[in-house]
Amino acid sequence: MSALLSLDNVSRAFGGLRAVDGVSFDVAPGEVLGLIGPNGAGKTTLINVITGVHPATDGRVVFEGRDITRMKSHQIAKLGLSRTFQIVQPFPKMTVLENVAAGALFGGQAANMAEASSAAMEQLRFTGLAQVADNPALSLTLAQRKRLEFAKGLAMKPRILMLDEVNAGLNSTEVDEALAMIRKVAERGVTIILIEHLLKVVLSVSHRIVVLHHGALIAEGAPQAVLRDPAVVEAYLGAKYAARYGGTA
Amino acid sequence: MKNWLILAAGTAVLALLPLLGDNYLMRLATIATMYVVLAQSWNFIGGLAGYPSFATAGFFGLGAYTSAVLMSMGSPLYLSWAAAGVAAVLFSALVGGAILHLRGHYFAIASLVTVEVLREIVNTTPDLTGGGMGLNLPIMRMSVAEHATFFFYAMLALAVACMACAILVHKSKLGFGLRCIQQNEDAANILGVNAYLYKTAGFAFSAVFAGIAGAIYASWVHYIEPPDVFDILLSVKPLVMVLLGGLGTIFGPAIGAFVLLAFEEVVWRNFLTLHAAALGIIIVALVLFLPNGLLSVTRERFGVRRKKRPGEARP
Repeated sequence: MSALLSLDNVSRAFGGLRAVDGVSFDVAPGEVLGLIGPNGAGKTTLINVITGVHPATDGRVVFEGRDITRMKSHQIAKLGLSRTFQIVQPFPKMTVLENVAAGALFGGQAANMAEASSAAMEQLRFTGLAQVADNPALSLTLAQRKRLEFAKGLAMKPRILMLDEVNAGLNSTEVDEALAMIRKVAERGVTIILIEHLLKVVLSVSHRIVVLHHGALIAEGAPQAVLRDPAVVEAYLGAKYAARYGGTA
Repeated sequence: MKNWLILAAGTAVLALLPLLGDNYLMRLATIATMYVVLAQSWNFIGGLAGYPSFATAGFFGLGAYTSAVLMSMGSPLYLSWAAAGVAAVLFSALVGGAILHLRGHYFAIASLVTVEVLREIVNTTPDLTGGGMGLNLPIMRMSVAEHATFFFYAMLALAVACMACAILVHKSKLGFGLRCIQQNEDAANILGVNAYLYKTAGFAFSAVFAGIAGAIYASWVHYIEPPDVFDILLSVKPLVMVLLGGLGTIFGPAIGAFVLLAFEEVVWRNFLTLHAAALGIIIVALVLFLPNGLLSVTRERFGVRRKKRPGEARP
């Protein structure tokens, strides 16, 4: 089956710094792809490149056979590529329902406000935020804000949902709840790109893992195999550990 | 529905004013309705989208000069007024494309500059605009009372159109998108809001009514000159009125316009030399004590709190 999203030698430079450097990989339809790497590896930048926030300085991003490298963020959003932000970005003075309805109206292209509102309510029920629907987004706890981001992303009727550390800062019960939600979304056939630091999460839901280090792709493959890859061990733990455990751990 | 009733009631009360037959009152009422137009115009870009525009005086002056120049070439009254609106929209789209990517202070400064640029253009084209000498408009053959009533109704009609437009925009997808931009523009973009298009539309709405108001004003006073119609106070006052009434609300700008005019009249009469300082003190007091405007006070006092649905604007 052909790729839903494919990155072809994509780079993004900020002045002399190449935050993403010649990365190529494909995302298959229905796949859950884990995107991992040490801090500063370029994971979020890569998402910014895909969503047009910081367009690639080199290479091509192709979605369903269509070159989206130079498209604007709002156009990309309407194609069905939605994302959450690592640092949550709600509309603070709007209600929770309005926040999600904005996603349904603009990204999900609901016909009118009423339709957007009911689509939003559906996502709020799914994410367990229905009882706070009329509260301002400002009043939510961090865990709720992360779920709000998730609900906004879902309301956009995504083909690909990019989750940028939706579990960071959550306690283990909250992580388990989030995990269950991610699984359910994946079962509906939404392709997911998951940026994650918690290996437990990545290993349990990802079909495949891509590892970035210093902006470059250093490993790609099945979760367990990738974790044994000497290059990955070196990136995370240093050369000494790689020499000792590489290939056997 | 409630908003339309409030608008209809307000319009009905104002429309009866000429029956009192007081020309001074007519003059005040005409200025008041003009202020309503300017404040509501600013609210489209400043209140809804959160872009602090100082271009209002530019749109006003551009409208005044467009219609004045056309009329000096023999164009009929209403056509000239309409042309002023069109000119303001075209100008706002052009300038908006160039400066709406700026944010906060930078946008404020750039919008302020557009006023100065327009003023200089008028100053340096005396053959067309009369330059610093100003421009006379045709005197209309009607009695003083008729004249006062005619221009009051013209300005009132414009204010009603502007308010109606505000009610529609606040309920629409455009209004919702602008509020998203005001809250978090980057997040709005990622959600699929075409921020650039929406901001330009908001800017155009803030231009069209101000431009026509300038045209009506020019016909009303018969004589315009650059320092009069490109007066920077025409940019500052709408902002103060909206802050006074309630930022991003539908009726806040109108309430603010009436309150500020009433205040101006009282202060002006009693402290002729100090009124500018008094205006400054109000602005400071406003920011400190009433950051959400007069409407927020009534809302808290009377406990008007309803469940809101998405896209529904504050009353």
